[in-house]
Amino acid sequence: MTNLGYLFAAYSLIFAGILLYVLFIGNRQARLESECQEMEAALERLRESSSRSTAVQSR
Amino acid sequence: MKSAWRLAVAGMTLATMIAAIWMSLINAPTEAEQGTVQRIFYFHVPCAMVTFCAFGLVAIAGALYLWLGNQIWDDLEYAAAEIGMVFCTLVLVTGSIWAKPIWGTWWTWDSRLTTTFILWLIYAGYLMLRAFGGDTPQVARFAAVVGIFGALDVPLIIVSVRLWRTIHPAVLLTRQNEHGLQDPRMVAALLMSMAAFTLLFVWLLGLRFKTLRLNTRLNSLKREVALWRAAEEGGRA
Repeated sequence: MTNLGYLFAAYSLIFAGILLYVLFIGNRQARLESECQEMEAALERLRESSSRSTAVQSR
Repeated sequence: MKSAWRLAVAGMTLATMIAAIWMSLINAPTEAEQGTVQRIFYFHVPCAMVTFCAFGLVAIAGALYLWLGNQIWDDLEYAAAEIGMVFCTLVLVTGSIWAKPIWGTWWTWDSRLTTTFILWLIYAGYLMLRAFGGDTPQVARFAAVVGIFGALDVPLIIVSVRLWRTIHPAVLLTRQNEHGLQDPRMVAALLMSMAAFTLLFVWLLGLRFKTLRLNTRLNSLKREVALWRAAEEGGRA
């Protein structure tokens, strides 16, 4: 490897490493956001069904 | 960090990074002794600087978590430790690539290299504790203690080139307390790279911190859903 090759390898590895880490964070963030939305929807459904059953009982 | 701020930091990071690449690879003169491979220095040193800042932040956030018990400090500590680990790995890898043509070996058990490798091992252990220990306050407290003790290695790395016999250069200030960089364009390239990597660190910290806050929110939502389901089943029974 020439010295220019070492220089290219070092700079490429730095940017590849950072890019991979950003992709990893991005994927994790997207997954967590969708899971949070799912949980919020599930919670909303549970609250609705609970309020419906309370209304039926009061009647 | 709000999304507009995050976008602004991302824009500034990109602009300074492009400027840093130009200044390091084109504008700065080639070093007389080492030749073109010395240009690794302009990104190797800022990576080390970010590593030290990140692990310093781990220690501060860890101490605040132990003192106040607020989850925000724990999330900040974890985010900083992960980013510090990424940059510590890059420091070791780029240092190794630089060492091969200059020292003739990929690795040597030099004091600075060894203390940096110890730092990497400590935080590898920290991340393993986080990954496999579970999401409990007890693990968070253990991790904070490991994070604080791990950061004690940082000042040791900085002074290692002065304390022990070493082949690693004391770059910014030579052992004779002289300025290590002779050409002002070299200094400018280093300062620009430091600015770019500092902004990159802030941006990554904001991103990673957000995912950890999301994770905390998801856990509390899961607990709430479980409670509602339990109450619903109890009502049916």
